[in-house]
Amino acid sequence: MLSAEGLRHAYGRVVALDGVSLTLVPGQTLAIFGPNGAGKTTLLKVLAGLIRPQQGWARIAGGRRAIGWIGHESHLYGHLSVRENLLFWAALYGVPTTERGVRATAVLERLGLSDRAGQVVWSLSRGLMQRAALAKALVHDPRVLLLDEPFTGLDLAAAAELRTLLGELRGAGRVLVLATHNVDEGVELATDVAFQRHGRFVQLAPRGARGTADIAAAYRRAVTDA
Amino acid sequence: MRELLGQAWTVARKDLVLEFRTRTALLSAVVFTALVLTVFNFGRDPTAVATIDLAPSILWVTFTFAAMLALNRAFQLELENGALEGLLVSPLSRHSLYLGKLLANLGFVGVVEAVGLPLFVLFFNVPVAPVLLPLIGVIALATVGFVSVGTLFSAMVVRTRFAELMLPVLLLPFLLLPLTYAVQATARLLAGRPLSEVSGWLKLLAAYDLVFVTVALLLFPHTVDE
Amino acid sequence: MSLAQKGRRVVLAGLVLLGGVYVRALAFTPVERFQGPAQKIFYLHVPAAVTTELAVILVGLASVFFLFLKDPRLDRFAEASAEVGTVFAAIVLTTGPIWGKPIWGTWWTWDARLTSTLFLFFLLIGYHVLRGAVTDAGLRARYAAVLGICAVVLVGFIHMSVYLFPTLHPQPIVLRPAKPGVPPEMLVTLLLSFGVFLVLYVGFVMQRYAIAQQREGAASDV
Repeated sequence: MLSAEGLRHAYGRVVALDGVSLTLVPGQTLAIFGPNGAGKTTLLKVLAGLIRPQQGWARIAGGRRAIGWIGHESHLYGHLSVRENLLFWAALYGVPTTERGVRATAVLERLGLSDRAGQVVWSLSRGLMQRAALAKALVHDPRVLLLDEPFTGLDLAAAAELRTLLGELRGAGRVLVLATHNVDEGVELATDVAFQRHGRFVQLAPRGARGTADIAAAYRRAVTDA
Repeated sequence: MRELLGQAWTVARKDLVLEFRTRTALLSAVVFTALVLTVFNFGRDPTAVATIDLAPSILWVTFTFAAMLALNRAFQLELENGALEGLLVSPLSRHSLYLGKLLANLGFVGVVEAVGLPLFVLFFNVPVAPVLLPLIGVIALATVGFVSVGTLFSAMVVRTRFAELMLPVLLLPFLLLPLTYAVQATARLLAGRPLSEVSGWLKLLAAYDLVFVTVALLLFPHTVDE
Repeated sequence: MSLAQKGRRVVLAGLVLLGGVYVRALAFTPVERFQGPAQKIFYLHVPAAVTTELAVILVGLASVFFLFLKDPRLDRFAEASAEVGTVFAAIVLTTGPIWGKPIWGTWWTWDARLTSTLFLFFLLIGYHVLRGAVTDAGLRARYAAVLGICAVVLVGFIHMSVYLFPTLHPQPIVLRPAKPGVPPEMLVTLLLSFGVFLVLYVGFVMQRYAIAQQREGAASDV
């Protein structure tokens, strides 16, 4: 479903990726933990096809159509309604005309936005806008989800809801790649865990039976070693 | 091919919906056009130079400024909420993005010209009726010329400092050509010259359009992709 | 010897040769019948105009190759060529009026050569303005390449339109030496001058390229 080999990328003299390789199959959720500047966002952008790596390659089965991206920005047009946004993005992602309305309605309902469907995006509260951003990422039923710090700014309830949603997606055989600097957020969801530092994976292994505390300790060790 | 155009239309329609919903940009451009025409009126001495001699230049300078205003906002729409990133992550072909923006810009400038031309006729008493159809042809061809390069440059300029100043500096040398051809053609049309005298200028305009739409289409991906 | 030093030597050689050409132009070339001694600025003016156009064409070529090969050296060369082209364009635009005043009685005229050089000057200024406004090096190189290619296509289009629609352009915009039947001494002086300007172009570009290299080296060391 998703594979990458020998990814290397630098911005001028700053090395963002220094030899990253990975392979994921449906049902796997990879949580990448790393401090700021470790190259997590760059890695996700390379996987999404936004950046062509200077060395190495990355491939996602199904191409861009199969990817759902959740990043720092919502990608929503302020003066369009939530529903209009969803229909627009569904069209770009190749959802057939006849299915667009159905899919939009379904995803709005799943995210509890049905009564806000006609509301213009700029008038939504922050929490609702984040949910709308999720709706946009999911409307075309992507096989692979790339999430860049998705828990930022979410209150406890919203974070719990997001975890439930992601758990459902994983259960449905989707591949999730989740990048965060906060171990607590992603551990329970993950089937595999990676620690990224200075552009490379210092560890990449299945989570196994390890709990949050174990992983957090391992992470601290991995990123504070000289 | 069909998908290319279909996606371009999706982008164009979204832009046009946004423009008509917010209306600010459109109204400003229309008012600006009216103001420029008014200034030209007060700037001339009707006893010194016949209106009919100045009229083509007045019309085309006005339309050039109006086109510039339109082009400035083209990609600014995509800065909100990181929509451009969303477009680049999606399977939208970069060529479709260019074509979509081109179409939307043509629509926008077209509306402004549709208001500007009657005002021009009114203010300067120009006998446009007998040559209306060929004149519209000239306007259409010249506008495509303006907007073809303008769309390409506005994509670049949106990520630079002083975008509003940059665009005229970069674009005006390129607009001089269709502007000159359009003025020559308009002057001959208004002077009642036979169409055979005008056709050469029309052919030049068409050639310019063909060349620069192609060049802009080919170069556009380099302005948005890394 | 570093590139900058080599460049400096080439420029010096060029300037010496330029002096030589001028001696030839002033002392050993016949005075033009109608225009008198003021016509001699022609030997400076025309080669400078042609070199400007050459500089722009090379910017365009380098830009095309850059977009395919992504080699930053091509971008540095384009930057250097554009800047040198701007200098030469400025020379044309100042020598033109100096010539024009005694001949035509006006400082400026919309003759083909001056107009097209003014055009190139605007394009080159735009190129520099764009480069100056983009902070990210990669983005700057790509944007400059796009603009460079558009500029060359525009120049090409103007030339082509002159040939395809001769009735519309009574005065060719193509830069070529004056009327045919120019006496051989004048032609030789002119050709020598072209050669000298080419040498100057190469020398200046070498120096400017070296500066670009140093700047990039310094920036990435920070």
